[in-house]
Amino acid sequence: MADTAIADAAEQVLASRPDKAQLIEKLVAKLPEHVVLHAEEDLRPFECDGLSAYRKLPMIVVLPETIEQVQIAMQVCYANDVAVVARGAGTGLSGGALPMENGVLLSLAKFKKILDIDTANRRATVQPGVRNLAISEAVSDLGLYYAPDPSSQIACSIGGNVAENSGGVHCLKYGLTTHNIVELEIVTVEGERMTIGSEALDTPGYDLLALMTGSEGLLGVIVQVVVKLLPKPERAQVVLAAFDDVRKAGDAVAAIIQAGIVPAGLEMLDNPAIVATEEFVHADYPTDAAAILLCEVDGTHAEVDEHIADVREVVEREGATEVRVSRDDAERAIFWAGRKAAFPAMGRISPDYYCMDGTIPRKALADVLIGIGELSKKYGQRVANVFHAGDGNLHPLILYDANIEGELERTEEFGGAICELCLEHGGTITGEHGVGVEKIDQMCVQFPPDELTQFHAVKQAFDSKGLLNPGKAVPTLHRCAEFGAMHVHNGELPFPELERL
Amino acid sequence: MTTSADQSQQLSERVSEAFANAKPLHLRGSGSKDFLGEAVNGETLDVTGHAGVVNYEPGELVMTARAGTPLAELEAVLDESHQMLAFEPPHFGANATLGGTIATGLSGPARPFAGAARDFVLGCRIINGQGQILSFGGEVMKNVAGYDLSRLMAGAYGTLGVLLDVSLKVLPVPRTQVTRVFEHTAAQALQQISDWQRKPWPITGAYWEDGKTYLRLAGATSSVESACEKLGGETLDDDGPFWRAVREHERPFFAQSDRPLWRISVPPAAPMLDIDGECVIDWGGAQRWVQTDMEAVALRRVAKEAGGHATVYRGEAQPRFHPMGESILALQQRLKKSMDPAGILNPGRIYPEL
Repeated sequence: MADTAIADAAEQVLASRPDKAQLIEKLVAKLPEHVVLHAEEDLRPFECDGLSAYRKLPMIVVLPETIEQVQIAMQVCYANDVAVVARGAGTGLSGGALPMENGVLLSLAKFKKILDIDTANRRATVQPGVRNLAISEAVSDLGLYYAPDPSSQIACSIGGNVAENSGGVHCLKYGLTTHNIVELEIVTVEGERMTIGSEALDTPGYDLLALMTGSEGLLGVIVQVVVKLLPKPERAQVVLAAFDDVRKAGDAVAAIIQAGIVPAGLEMLDNPAIVATEEFVHADYPTDAAAILLCEVDGTHAEVDEHIADVREVVEREGATEVRVSRDDAERAIFWAGRKAAFPAMGRISPDYYCMDGTIPRKALADVLIGIGELSKKYGQRVANVFHAGDGNLHPLILYDANIEGELERTEEFGGAICELCLEHGGTITGEHGVGVEKIDQMCVQFPPDELTQFHAVKQAFDSKGLLNPGKAVPTLHRCAEFGAMHVHNGELPFPELERL
Repeated sequence: MTTSADQSQQLSERVSEAFANAKPLHLRGSGSKDFLGEAVNGETLDVTGHAGVVNYEPGELVMTARAGTPLAELEAVLDESHQMLAFEPPHFGANATLGGTIATGLSGPARPFAGAARDFVLGCRIINGQGQILSFGGEVMKNVAGYDLSRLMAGAYGTLGVLLDVSLKVLPVPRTQVTRVFEHTAAQALQQISDWQRKPWPITGAYWEDGKTYLRLAGATSSVESACEKLGGETLDDDGPFWRAVREHERPFFAQSDRPLWRISVPPAAPMLDIDGECVIDWGGAQRWVQTDMEAVALRRVAKEAGGHATVYRGEAQPRFHPMGESILALQQRLKKSMDPAGILNPGRIYPEL
C-alpha cells in the first residue's frame, strides 16, 4: 500500500522528462547565470563520483554560493517536480552522487569556508564543502583535531562525510561521523532552512541528527555542520605484527580487544595486499607473511608505553612471527605508508579494482577471509584484502579489467557474493561507504520487505515527492522482486507476496 | 536473575490489535522513569516479561538483550568480564530496564567524554505502530545500510516503536579511576573544566557543587597517574559512591523538594545562566541542574539564548520538555506518523503532538 504509492512516486521521478530549456530559464530567473551549468563540457566533470564504473551526464548542474541560493534551487526543483542529487567532493565509493540525466546535480563545492572555531567548547562550524583534513589542519595549532579520518580525508568533504556517516582508521576508539558532530543546517526538499541538533549535547524531540547522518542525501541537503574537536594525543605508536596464517591474525585481533585495550587503529592486510603495497611504497613489510596487523595506540606518553607492552605480549602469545614497534613518528609514518597506499597500489597491478565494504563480527574475520579466497577461485578473479580489523570492517579489493567484456559484470556479481557472505556471518553489506547505487540490490538481501517499507515511510516524512536522490540507498520492493527472482535461496523466492511481472 | 523469555510475538499481537482498534498503549518497563514527561492515557503494555541477555561476547564488545532485562542485571553480567556501559545510565529505581534506559536516552556523568546512550546503540528490534516486528542496525561496529532508525529510538520514549531487543557497544572497565577535588566558584569551574578538556587527559567526569569541582580520571594506570600529577587537587577516597549519587540524583542537592527542579542543557562553556536559584553543574558544564521558582517561559528563554533548552524534572511546568519550533515539530509529527500511523504508541508522552 504505502510502498506502492512511494514506489510509484519514485518511478515517476526516475522516468520523468523535464523540459531542460524551461528549467534553465526558471533557475536563471532567480539565480545568477554562472551558477547554473548546462553545456555538455561543463557537465562532464560531474558525471561520476568515486565509483567511476557508473557514469551519467546530469541534465543541469547548479553550483550555488550561498545557502539562499541552495534554497532557491530547491524551491524551483520542488515546484517543477525535478529530482535533485546533492554532491560534495565526489569521492564517495558507492555511487551516492551519481547524477541523473533528467535531474539537477546540486554541487556544494563552493562551500569551502571554516566559519568559526570555538576553542572553549571545542567545536568548529564549517561549510559542507570543507575537506575533512582541512578541519584538523586549521585547528592543529590549538592542539585539537577532528577525529573521523576516512582514507580519502585529503579530498573528501565534510558534507559528504555526514551524508555517508563516514568512518576511517580511528573509529573503533573515536567513533564515526555520527559521534563527532553536534549540529547541522539543512535545506529541505521544499527549500526551507532547518537546524538539526544543537550546540548543547542533546536537543528536544527526536534525534534527527542521528537520522540525517548516513541518509545518503535522501532526506535533505546539508549546508552547514558543527563538528566536535578533540585534544591531540601526546603520542601515538604502532605495532606491526606479522603472521604466517590469517586465522592467527584474526584471532589476535579479538585477543587485543579482549585484553581490555581499545586501540586507536587496528588494521590488517593479507598477503596479496602486502605484496602489492610493498612493491609500490617500500614500507619494508614482510612480503612472506600471510597477514600483518598494524595496531596503533595513542594517548599520554605513559599510557602508550603501557599499552604497547600489552599489545606486544598479546600478539606474541597469538603466534606472531615478527613484531616491530615504531620508534618515532617518522617510522610510524612508514608503517602506515603501505596501508594508506593500498588502494593506489592495486591500481598499479590491475587496470581496475572494485572496493567492497562489508562489516562482520570480529570473530568471523578468519572464516570470511577464507570464504573470500574460495569465491576468488570460483570467479577466477584476484582479491587483495585490507581491513579495519578492529571494527570488523572489510575492504576486499577485487581486481578486474573493465576493457575485458563481461569482467565488470562478473566482478559485481563477485562483490554481491561477498556482501552475502558477510550477511551470513551476522554482518552488514556496508560499514562506511554507503549503499548508493552500488549495493542497492544487496539491500534486498539484508532487509525484509517490512523494513524496507518502513524506510520508505520515513523517507516520505522528509520528501513526499521522492525528489531527493531517487533510486539510491533504499530499493523499492518491485526492484527487490526483480533482483530476488535471480537469487533464489533454498528454493524459496524472496518477497513471495509480490506478483511477478 | 530474572527469567529469560521471548515475548516478541505476544507483544506484537497486542500492538496489532491496538492498531486495528486505534486504541492507545502506555508502554511500561519498571516505571522508574514515569516522572519524566507526561502521563499516557492508554492500556498498559508491560514489557518487563520480555527479558534476558540474547547474546554477549566480550571479545566483540557487543551485548544484545531484551528490553525488559533489568539494567542492574546487565551491568552485573558485563562486570564479570570487566566491561561496562560507558554512557553510565542513571537507573532512577532498583528495577530500571534496558528498554526504559534506551527509550529515555538518559546518560550519566561520563556522557560528554564517553558518549550518550544513542552513541552506543548498534541495532535494535522493535515493534512499529502497526504491530510489525522490524530489525535495524546489527551487532557490528559500523553499519550504514539503511537509515539509522536504531539510534533514533534512543530518547523517543517509545513513541516511535516498542523496543524488543537492543544491541549495544560495550567497553572495558578502565584499570584505574581517581577523582580529584578543587575549590572553585561555579564560574572558575566552568573555565577550568574547559581548559582541562583541551589536554589529552583521560577525563570521564567533571561535576561542580557547592564550591567544589570534582574531576574524575579513568583509564590506563600510568595515564591517570601522570594527569593527576599535573592537575594537583585533593584525592576523593572511595569515589564510586560519590559518582553513583551524582548519577542517581542522590546528592543532598537533589533531595530538597520545595522548588521545581530543572535540567538545563547548554553548550559546555556557556557562562553561568541568569537564573535565580541553586545550581549544580554536571557534564563538564553541559548539564546544569537548577532548583528555582522562575517562571517556565522566562527560564526557557534564558536556556535558549545560551544555546540550549530546559526540561522540568520535578514541578508542574507544561510542557515538561522544551517546546520546539513549528517546522521542526511538523517534521517530527510526520516522522511519528511514518512509524506509528494510528498514533497509538505512548501518545503525548513527550509532547501532546507526538
